[in-house]
Amino acid sequence: MIRRHFLKGAALAAAMVAGTAGAQAQDAEEYTIGVAIPSATHGFMGGLNFHARETIERLEQTYPQLTFVLATAGDAGKMVNDVEDMVATRNIDALVVLPFESEPLTSPVQAVAEQGIWVTVVDRGLSVEGIEDLYVAGDNPGFGRMAGEYFADNLSEGDNIVVLRGIPTTLDNERVEAFQKAIEGSGINVLDMQHGNWNRDDAFNVMQDFLSKYDDIDAVWAADDDMAIGVMEAINQAGRDEEMWIVGGAGMKEIIKRVMDGDPMLPVDVSYPPAQISTAIELTALGLVSDTPVSGRFIIGSQLITPENAEKFYFPDSPF
Amino acid sequence: MSDATSATEAPRHRKRLNFQVLGPLLALIVLVILGASLNSNFLSYGNVTNVLARSAFIGIIAVGMTFVITAGGIDLSVGSMAAFVAGVMILAMNSLIPTMGIGVPLIAVGMLVALATGFAAGWLNGFLISKVGIEAFIVTLGSMGIYRSLVTWLADGGTLSLDFDLRGLYRPVYYDGLLGVSWPIIVFAVVAILGELTLRHTAFGRHCAALGANEQVARYSAVKVDRARMATYTLLGALVGVATIMYVPRLGSASGSTGVLWELEAIAAVIIGGTVLKGGYGRVWGTVVGVLILSLIDNILNLASIVSPYLNGAIQGVIVILAVVLQRERKSAD
Repeated sequence: MIRRHFLKGAALAAAMVAGTAGAQAQDAEEYTIGVAIPSATHGFMGGLNFHARETIERLEQTYPQLTFVLATAGDAGKMVNDVEDMVATRNIDALVVLPFESEPLTSPVQAVAEQGIWVTVVDRGLSVEGIEDLYVAGDNPGFGRMAGEYFADNLSEGDNIVVLRGIPTTLDNERVEAFQKAIEGSGINVLDMQHGNWNRDDAFNVMQDFLSKYDDIDAVWAADDDMAIGVMEAINQAGRDEEMWIVGGAGMKEIIKRVMDGDPMLPVDVSYPPAQISTAIELTALGLVSDTPVSGRFIIGSQLITPENAEKFYFPDSPF
Repeated sequence: MSDATSATEAPRHRKRLNFQVLGPLLALIVLVILGASLNSNFLSYGNVTNVLARSAFIGIIAVGMTFVITAGGIDLSVGSMAAFVAGVMILAMNSLIPTMGIGVPLIAVGMLVALATGFAAGWLNGFLISKVGIEAFIVTLGSMGIYRSLVTWLADGGTLSLDFDLRGLYRPVYYDGLLGVSWPIIVFAVVAILGELTLRHTAFGRHCAALGANEQVARYSAVKVDRARMATYTLLGALVGVATIMYVPRLGSASGSTGVLWELEAIAAVIIGGTVLKGGYGRVWGTVVGVLILSLIDNILNLASIVSPYLNGAIQGVIVILAVVLQRERKSAD
């Protein structure tokens, strides 16, 4: 009845403890990788946590000489403590970190790098450049541009759209700026932009108000799948579902399913995969166990999810 | 200051009430005029229904919060509790589909589960506060964290969604109504009227005020202090259950981000409405006005878009403080 994997989690923890015990009497071939990520407080991070656990489980089977330490943190302070504990007590050889916030994590991670430990930074960059050995991230401007190009291609001059923005952050600004650039010159009117905070309820309220305010809306850029769900309900309530379509973003399984089924209200989606954590962990592991060069920057492009390719993005087991 | 805490029944209070009445009502009227002048759709049937219906969740919770605050308490856990109750309700309904089938009885069971969960959660808060004697702030701060992480755990970090077909059947509870007035508005109105009557005209209501004004005096006046205090938290918990019953059919889902900061909105509404934060005096109808003021600000900012959306929070803050300042000034002028 309940979708959780605490038994699996416990088994994993036990495996880790056993793994560390083994690592005490190590020879030079054994490595420990620390993974520090934010805890699963919303859909996207839930998906990220899911993929992190999956990847660790898989890699521990593939490479018995690897041990993983996974820590999730609810705030930046706890994450700093986690990272320091990993270095002090678990003697890690590599650190994969998704900084909760850039500023507070910069100097602790720098300290880790200065001890000669391999550092992989995921998604949110640090405020000083050149600390990390490997940087893995989604493509925020690409995310906005991809959506913008779809709007420009599928709407004609004089059509009206509204935009829901996320929580005011640089990430949100990058996406929106790229979106605006992509629709420049297409003659599409952006009637309004308001913050829906990547939240279903807020997006529902904002969309209700947009619908009261404007009689003619042709499309909505919800910029996030959680917001797309709130927007969809508001449109259905107003009975205006024939009038407009929605483009969300990220790749929530419910939305992908609808795209796959050809829902006219959700023609496409733009990916921003939570599975990027898997890329980061895999590459880090690969760099430790083999001579494969993995340093540098790995930017995962945002892709347009259409009914034809949706299957590739559909993970029914993931919570997101 | 001393008479504010002791003179709950003094005739002077009645006179002061007349002045205090104007503060929040005035603010509400100013907001309505402002909204109507900025956008012609503001007073349309659709917009008024939207605003009232979306106020209902916070509103129903805020009515219960009025009792808690009047009795000198505070509850920070209601937002997380609402998310947790919604999560439990959705899980219970989904898991009962194979045995009960999709139908009205299943929805009734779901509603009972929500009420019972809310009741139990509120009772537990009340028990820890009045019987074990821990500070309300600490108990509810703790339960806030507990319920928030429980719902995240239940949802495995993602979102709990109600079965699609069941949702279709349940949906009208939020979207339909009686004679053009949607159900959340009706339920909110009924809860508010019953709340006002209870607070003003029953022994329980007077006990709450007496308890909030001066616990010692209330105890010596044969008020069962512990029982009254526990009852306020239990009532609030049950009302969180009611609010959840109206909330779940709207989006049919619950996640770790459901009901974030609802507790602060509810507390703000209660204070804007003229209830005294340190207890001893409360009024439910004022709370209703407070809730409407909060949702109207949001609505007007969205409809008007005259300022940068970055500043929405600042404008909200200014109006909330102004609404309270208005009352305080009238009070001291009196």
